[in-house]
Amino acid sequence: MNLSVHYLWLIPALPLLAAGLGAVTPRSGRRLAAGAAIAAMALSFLLSVGALLTALQDPSAHLTSNFAWFDLGSGALRLGWLLDPLTALMCVMVTFVGLLIFIFSTGYMHEDANYKQFFCFLSLFAAAMLGLLVANSLLLLFICWELVGLASYLLIGFWFHKPSAAAAAKKAFITTRIGDLGLLLGMLWLYDATGSLLFYDGGQGVLEAGALASLVASTTVGGLAVSTAIALLIFCGAVGKSGQFPLHVWLPDAMEGPTPVSALIHAATMVAAGVFLVARVYPLMMIDQGFAAAPLHALTVVAFIGAITALLGALIAVGQNDIKRVLAFSTVSQLGYMMLALGVGSWVAAIFHLLTHAFFKALLFLGAGSVIHAAHHEQDIRQLGGLRGPLRVTFVTFAIGMMALAGVPFLFSGFWSKEAILHAAHGWEVSPLPFYAGLAAVILTAFYMTRLVLEVFFGAPRSPAAAHAHENPPTMTVPLILLAVGAVFLGFLGTPWWPWLQHTLDPSFHSEPGGAGLMVLSIVLVAIGLGSGWALYARPLRATAAAADPLARAVPGVFAALAAKLGFDELYAATVGRLNTALAAGADALDRHLWDGLVRFLARFGEFTGIVTRETDEGILNDGFNATSESLRTTGKAYAKAQSGDAHGYLRVIALGFVIIVLAVLLGGGR
Amino acid sequence: MSFSPLQLCLFFSSALFCVGLIGALSRSNTILVLLGVELMLNAANLNFIAFWRYGPNPAAGTGVIFVLFAIAVAAAEAAVGLALVIAIYRHQKNIRLQDAVRLKG
Repeated sequence: MNLSVHYLWLIPALPLLAAGLGAVTPRSGRRLAAGAAIAAMALSFLLSVGALLTALQDPSAHLTSNFAWFDLGSGALRLGWLLDPLTALMCVMVTFVGLLIFIFSTGYMHEDANYKQFFCFLSLFAAAMLGLLVANSLLLLFICWELVGLASYLLIGFWFHKPSAAAAAKKAFITTRIGDLGLLLGMLWLYDATGSLLFYDGGQGVLEAGALASLVASTTVGGLAVSTAIALLIFCGAVGKSGQFPLHVWLPDAMEGPTPVSALIHAATMVAAGVFLVARVYPLMMIDQGFAAAPLHALTVVAFIGAITALLGALIAVGQNDIKRVLAFSTVSQLGYMMLALGVGSWVAAIFHLLTHAFFKALLFLGAGSVIHAAHHEQDIRQLGGLRGPLRVTFVTFAIGMMALAGVPFLFSGFWSKEAILHAAHGWEVSPLPFYAGLAAVILTAFYMTRLVLEVFFGAPRSPAAAHAHENPPTMTVPLILLAVGAVFLGFLGTPWWPWLQHTLDPSFHSEPGGAGLMVLSIVLVAIGLGSGWALYARPLRATAAAADPLARAVPGVFAALAAKLGFDELYAATVGRLNTALAAGADALDRHLWDGLVRFLARFGEFTGIVTRETDEGILNDGFNATSESLRTTGKAYAKAQSGDAHGYLRVIALGFVIIVLAVLLGGGR
Repeated sequence: MSFSPLQLCLFFSSALFCVGLIGALSRSNTILVLLGVELMLNAANLNFIAFWRYGPNPAAGTGVIFVLFAIAVAAAEAAVGLALVIAIYRHQKNIRLQDAVRLKG
């Protein structure tokens, strides 16, 4: 059941069809909408597996199927589909995780009035995301990129009657748009420089040797290679979408959306699109590496941004009290890891971590969703507690996800993928700083996840909602179990002893020696994180919801700063926000006083002209017309009298005329 | 005082024309007015025939053909006229010509 690249478009088309069907279904067609969405996703999953089998036949090949979209002058704008192991693996991951989350949603959203709309939006998102993955053109990728942004906006603001949700949706949309502007500019520049936007096109594509050589050979301002500039602009898009510093602020707020949305879009798939994008255009990102004279290498920026994000996200996660916000900052931090891996040159490690992270983060979010659903939408970890007993399946699967995220050795997938990243960062020649940031984030990750699990599942229930919680139906627990299985076993695809995944993605991959010492160091760090978390939060366990956080008691200032997310929102409000407000006020004043005055003057002038015209018209022109019309009317009236409507009268006139003619002829003496 | 056959024909057609004209002018029944008009038309036809028959080239048959056309046109005209009469009757429940004055401008 191999899937030819020419039929690759079916993978995004099926969810799109389901979305269309969902859009025209009446509000009561809940089963139909959900069934169509799930069926489309299941079929897409099977097709993705077929695509993967095709791609595995020759992992180094980039199978493409290009077509002309429309003609533009003498040339044509071409789009296309691309099938290689990266696309295929991502498609399998997205469809599988997506399918499980769709099934979970049937339980989680069961009481919602806009149920069918929810599945319509989810399908739209899946279609856009899969389209992004199979695109062989930066333009097609960009279109899908914006579509996932739209779906994300719709789903974050799904409960739009909450002002916070509406605000979060806007924030997410606008913040990512800043990054997208960079992507758009990069794309235009790329098209200008190479005349193509296709990634692979039999030697003509922008990621192939010819175009890359010309890009890196020319320089722009500051001696920067054109390829570096374009790569950095494209990276801007990835920074926005993947919640990287400094545009990470939207991702935690996106947790206002329903939890399955957070799991699918803001943890497993969409936010990973930035990482995917950088991995996709990796030849462009790294082509400037060979030129030592270049003042800046694109990947250096990527590595530092990733390292800062990894550390920052992990730090802020320590101080959060909302279960979903802890996980959101953890996502920010893990995405930072992936960027770090991309930056230090190991894109396969980044994709490996992306895949394992998708599984265990989706698992953690769905677990959080299960907790929230069971505890009547209580999300504050101080109000929860003691859920280990009633929510047994949720607890066990959540714990597996937590250990995978924290990087507990050997059995869990997160350990292997994080290990691959740290290994790559260790070998980076430019700077050791990203490596140290990564190590620090390892400790912090283990620490805050221990805190989260202890607060939510251990001790006694600290609110009525938590006390009355009971396990969710199988539609919600079965996806948890399946994801937990993935969170464990996926790691074995990329261990240093059997790096199947690495070889599949990059046939030229060769594992470097010296991983054993690093592995020991990593295990020790994880143990420190887990141990300190246990020491602070398990002895004693939190007794009441109002009790102060142990860390807050120890270092109140630091904790308060972390809880306030290090003040990024306030900083942006004070700088960008205030600048914007000042500009708006300036524009307003300009409008009111200068332009408005000008417009008023023009209006007065127009009014004056109007009066003059009217007087001329009425006084001079109209009188002439009136006189002519009057005379016409009088004449017309006189003639109209002759038409009496009396046929006899007409006949008489005719007869009279006839007589006159006869008399004239007779008296005139003939002709 | 003797008259040529052509003159006799012309006298007859003149008489016929006058009868038609007086009928058309004096009657109030629209159908009778139409009859008068037809009489005048036939007087004209008679003139055609007479001038042809006693004219310089009676062998050519032009007069007969002309009159045949005139009769065909008159038949069509009579059909239109009668249709008008019916339409007038529908509106005013009689066919008095003096009453049919509503089409004046």
